Amino acid sequence: MSRTLYDLIGLAAGVAFILALKGLSHPKTARRGNLIGAFGASLATLVVFFYANPGSSLPLNNLGWILGAMLIGLVIGVPAARKVQMTQMPQLVALFNGVGGGAAALVAIVEYLHLGAEATTAEVIFTVFTVIVGCVSFSGSVITFMKLQELMTTRPVIFPAGRFVIAATLASVLGVGGWVVNSLGTTPLLILAGLSLLFGVLFVLPVGGADVPIVISLLNAFTGLTVAASGYVLDSVLLIIAGTLVGASGTILTRLMAEAMGRSLFGTLFGAFTAKPQDVAAAGEERPVRSGSPDDVAILLNYARRVVIVPGFGLAVAQAQHTVRELADLMISKGIDVAYGIHPVAGRMPGHMNVLLAEANVPYDQLLEMDEVNPTFGQTDVAIVIGANDVVNPAAQTTPGCPIYGMPILEVNHAANIIFLKRSMRPGFAGIENELLYDPKTMLLFGDAKASLTKVVSALKAL
Amino acid sequence: MEPMAIVSIFVLAVFVGFEVVSKVSSTLHTPLMSGANAIHGVILVGAIIVADHSKTNLELGLAIAAIILATINMVGGFVVTDRMLEMFKGNKK
Repeated sequence: MSRTLYDLIGLAAGVAFILALKGLSHPKTARRGNLIGAFGASLATLVVFFYANPGSSLPLNNLGWILGAMLIGLVIGVPAARKVQMTQMPQLVALFNGVGGGAAALVAIVEYLHLGAEATTAEVIFTVFTVIVGCVSFSGSVITFMKLQELMTTRPVIFPAGRFVIAATLASVLGVGGWVVNSLGTTPLLILAGLSLLFGVLFVLPVGGADVPIVISLLNAFTGLTVAASGYVLDSVLLIIAGTLVGASGTILTRLMAEAMGRSLFGTLFGAFTAKPQDVAAAGEERPVRSGSPDDVAILLNYARRVVIVPGFGLAVAQAQHTVRELADLMISKGIDVAYGIHPVAGRMPGHMNVLLAEANVPYDQLLEMDEVNPTFGQTDVAIVIGANDVVNPAAQTTPGCPIYGMPILEVNHAANIIFLKRSMRPGFAGIENELLYDPKTMLLFGDAKASLTKVVSALKAL
Repeated sequence: MEPMAIVSIFVLAVFVGFEVVSKVSSTLHTPLMSGANAIHGVILVGAIIVADHSKTNLELGLAIAAIILATINMVGGFVVTDRMLEMFKGNKK
């Protein structure tokens, strides 16, 4: 295949990626957009087999190894993506992003070994960039995966003199990077990779649970840029276009997410450098709470005129989306005005709740976004908070200095009655105590959200 | 390739990237991130190219690892995005 034809097909794949991102930005075209992206990626992968070495029509060298490796990737990737539970999708995305970053770093290392002394300074600089950012993306994503999978604490991990350690690591990463550019040695490059992996871990450890989605999005943008840099070294227009698109759109997306969560992007990113050791968890003394039975909840609902349901991660864990819809339908049949209050970042990812409730066929017009629902809490008789915590925590408005201060919340505290469905008194993902649980107008219903809701439904039917 | 051509492609792609996602609603943040994540799986193309011209066992071994990781990223990424979006179908108003 001629180089021109090869590049033209690469360009077509690049256009497919632009259409994919555009499609993914609108609900109606999102699924088609994703398929267009998959088509572009398949096309690009297929055509590289016919490109081979410039000017030759021979099949690729090491063809057996290449196909075997792709098969292994398929056998690992496809079942993981198909079997994952809705609740665990965010960490899977984090992991996929990490392996992409790792792949980019490996590609850069192989090309560096291959070029040896023939590499131009520009190529070496791009290689150094790819190795640093790809390794950071890889190890950082592994840490976000562990945080989301709760294999480690979800709270910010801050150690004494942490910011000096992080700054020193970054300085040595940059120093060794300069050394690689000057010396062109293999050893410095491997040291660089090791230090970059370490920096990725240190960079993500101080990030609190609630900010993890922002970090995943940022690392995603990083990986995009490494792909663009590899494209420069490998002389591939397609990789430059695809990588840059992901880098740019990922940066915008990161900013949009940070805005939706009321976080400053700067604060999240450089939290690692500014974080001071602090008493993250004020010691929770035992305080009285009011807990109720499913019958109490049913009675309260039966006499309400307006009820707002606030879903959170607990709803996803319990897979209670169908049961909550059953409850809502029952209330509507009794003439009660029912709406869902959707916090943009309820759950573990922006949009998590929309996806979950869409699965249960909850009508769109019952889903109210935060700005729509907040003014209505004053006229709401009962707010039912199902497995959510941080997104309704008034501390975000009242306690400067707490880790979620400044995040917009659903103001359920303005409702006449609040019902919390909770598994335990454990604080939310951000690890902050919620004063609302101790409020006199709050009633707690302990237990698995699905089991509790089922009991409330049958109690309400009996009334 | 001409450095100037590369810089031009890069700058234009940055603006296209900014533009296409600038008005996305928060509902679609997660699928969009996941879809963009799958797109950078095309590093698979780069991994195949370096595997093709690997000369030593070390180079080939690293290239094979890169192919495995990139395939997981690309294929898994598109499949998981499709699964997320599947949930949205059938309730358009």
